[in-house]
Amino acid sequence: MKIVYPKEEVCMACRLCEVACITEHSKSKDTLKAYKKENPAPLSRTLVEEIFPGLSVSVMCRHCSDAPCIEACFTSAMHRLALSEVEGKPDGRVIVNEPKCVGCWMCIMACPFGVIKRNQYIGEGQGDNPLNPPLLRGKGKGQEIKVKLSSKCDLCPDRSIPACVEACPNKALVHEERN
Amino acid sequence: MLYKTPTYYEFKVERDDERCIRCQVCVRQCSYNSTFYNAEEDRIFNIDANCVGCHRCDTYCPTDCITIKRVGENFKENANWNSWAIRNINKQANTGGILLTGMGSDRPHRIYWDHIVVDASQVTNPSIDPLREPMELKTYLGRKPDSIEIETLTRPHPNPLPKGEGVRGKGRGSEGITLKTKLAPQIELNIPIMFSAMSYGAINFNVCEALAMAAEKMGTYYNTGEGGLHKNLYKYGKNTIVQVASGRFGVHLDYLGVSAAVEIKIGQGAKPGIGGHLPGEKVTEEVSKTRMIPVGSDALSPAPHHDIYSIEDLRQLIYALKEATNYEKPVSVKIAAVHNAAAIASGIVRAGADIVALDGIRGSTGAAPVMIRDSVGIPTELALAQVDQRLRDEGIRNWASIVVAGGIRNSADVVKAIALGADAVYIATSALVAIGCTVCQKCYLGKCAWGITTNDPYLARRQNPELAAEKLVNLLTAWSREIKEMLGGMGLNAIESLRGNRERLRGMGLSDRELKILGLKHAGEGM
Repeated sequence: MKIVYPKEEVCMACRLCEVACITEHSKSKDTLKAYKKENPAPLSRTLVEEIFPGLSVSVMCRHCSDAPCIEACFTSAMHRLALSEVEGKPDGRVIVNEPKCVGCWMCIMACPFGVIKRNQYIGEGQGDNPLNPPLLRGKGKGQEIKVKLSSKCDLCPDRSIPACVEACPNKALVHEERN
Repeated sequence: MLYKTPTYYEFKVERDDERCIRCQVCVRQCSYNSTFYNAEEDRIFNIDANCVGCHRCDTYCPTDCITIKRVGENFKENANWNSWAIRNINKQANTGGILLTGMGSDRPHRIYWDHIVVDASQVTNPSIDPLREPMELKTYLGRKPDSIEIETLTRPHPNPLPKGEGVRGKGRGSEGITLKTKLAPQIELNIPIMFSAMSYGAINFNVCEALAMAAEKMGTYYNTGEGGLHKNLYKYGKNTIVQVASGRFGVHLDYLGVSAAVEIKIGQGAKPGIGGHLPGEKVTEEVSKTRMIPVGSDALSPAPHHDIYSIEDLRQLIYALKEATNYEKPVSVKIAAVHNAAAIASGIVRAGADIVALDGIRGSTGAAPVMIRDSVGIPTELALAQVDQRLRDEGIRNWASIVVAGGIRNSADVVKAIALGADAVYIATSALVAIGCTVCQKCYLGKCAWGITTNDPYLARRQNPELAAEKLVNLLTAWSREIKEMLGGMGLNAIESLRGNRERLRGMGLSDRELKILGLKHAGEGM
């Protein structure tokens, strides 16, 4: 399966991968709106880890074959996609089914790479909308509630090459299959 | 800024706050501490006095919100005391030091390439379409024999070479003739463009590797400069010209052994007559191993070679190097273009050099005093014409190839240089510009934001060798296509037919004296 691999020897810590990730996972897909207008603000699913001087690397989900996050998830929100939604081809990516996620953070505890983010925001409760986490379902429409979701790299299902790979100006991220 | 010596800053960084998303890409990219983020205000600010105008920040800004403007050019108008003169005096009054700079001269010396035009075929001689017909850019550098002896074979050669080997790809006996004369060592160039000397230390390992990879891919050569050759680059030895300079940094038998050719550097166009100085801060562990000097010590190349005080002494070094390389590699001698270049070149050729490299006043450097860079030496075009003419007049032009450096900016300059008498050209600034350099002239600080002239590991990784090599290959490919088109236009199908063919050039807007020195007719004069 093709995933994103970082090449730390040429990562220059510009963090444009994060900007691209935020833009790609925003509602508007527009950098300015994603950063300045959108509420909840979209999160970056990759993080450039920096150790000064001179070492940096962009870290995102490895889509492990024996993913501990899937084992840890008791609502089965974290699951492996068997077939791609778009083309129906075999797929192995690990993704979050947001309507099922209750924000217990067990996946975060289990992830050996620390690449799952807490996506928390105060949002409007939408009554019986199935998109609401189960524990919050049924709360009144228009009510401000705290939404808690796990957020992680989904390998950009709408793109052939993930946004971070395409945005990296120094080709420090590669999208390829390795054994 | 408060508490600082008064200087007149050159650039102003303007940021459109409507578009700034505080991603801080610019803050991390600026290596000159000109940009910083204030968390309390949640805003990015600039210290304009620190900006060198390298355009790293605005190039990487994801929302294009940065504009860099030149300021301080609005001093009271004065043709004599312009901002250049005022700034220089201001800097020296503050520091008491020699003014330093990097890259080639930025003064408005006449660029003769821009006053030379190229011929094309019309009606009486057909032009050639390089997309339909073969076009040869291959050239060989090295001493050519005065005459050749050919042996004609009536029967097939007893030891025929496998197909595709031998001179010009032909088998030894395939046409029934064989060359009896023993040729001096030659280096083969698929395009008449090589990467000029840039030392490991002045530029970092990633850039060296990119140059080596591009040279290998394009079938040409790069030059190590005087910084020695890193062990990891030995595998590109077949495409490496190694330099032996006055400091002798990193010169040993393996270094000479892995190379394709050896170059003795007498002078450099940017700073004729003075030595080099690599500041101790740039001498890292790896640079120290390669140069064979202690970590953190300044690498000072003496102004002269202390064993060369005459042409006879030069001959000794040339033959010492030939002896050390078993007479298998051509030896080049590089000089800065100076007033007496033609006579000096004649001496160099007679001393046994196989290649003469000429570097003109616009030649680049990692660090040089401003006054020397801008005022010492002569334009490379004039030196080239004079050297070529002198060697022809003396009947020794075939004894050595001429390589010209210092201000080759495009393929037209290459064509003009070859028609003026060069065998090949060296490019360096063009190559660096191809991988990001914006010629901000701050190489001597070792903080290059584009990751080129710096050994800081945080900055050096901004050059991905594979990506940089790809850009260099693209540049050379583009130039070779353009050169083929221009050759075809002149009705020529090989670069060697253009060499020294000044009849295909004309001067424009030059005085009689300049035309005489260049050996050109004025535009409008027929054959």
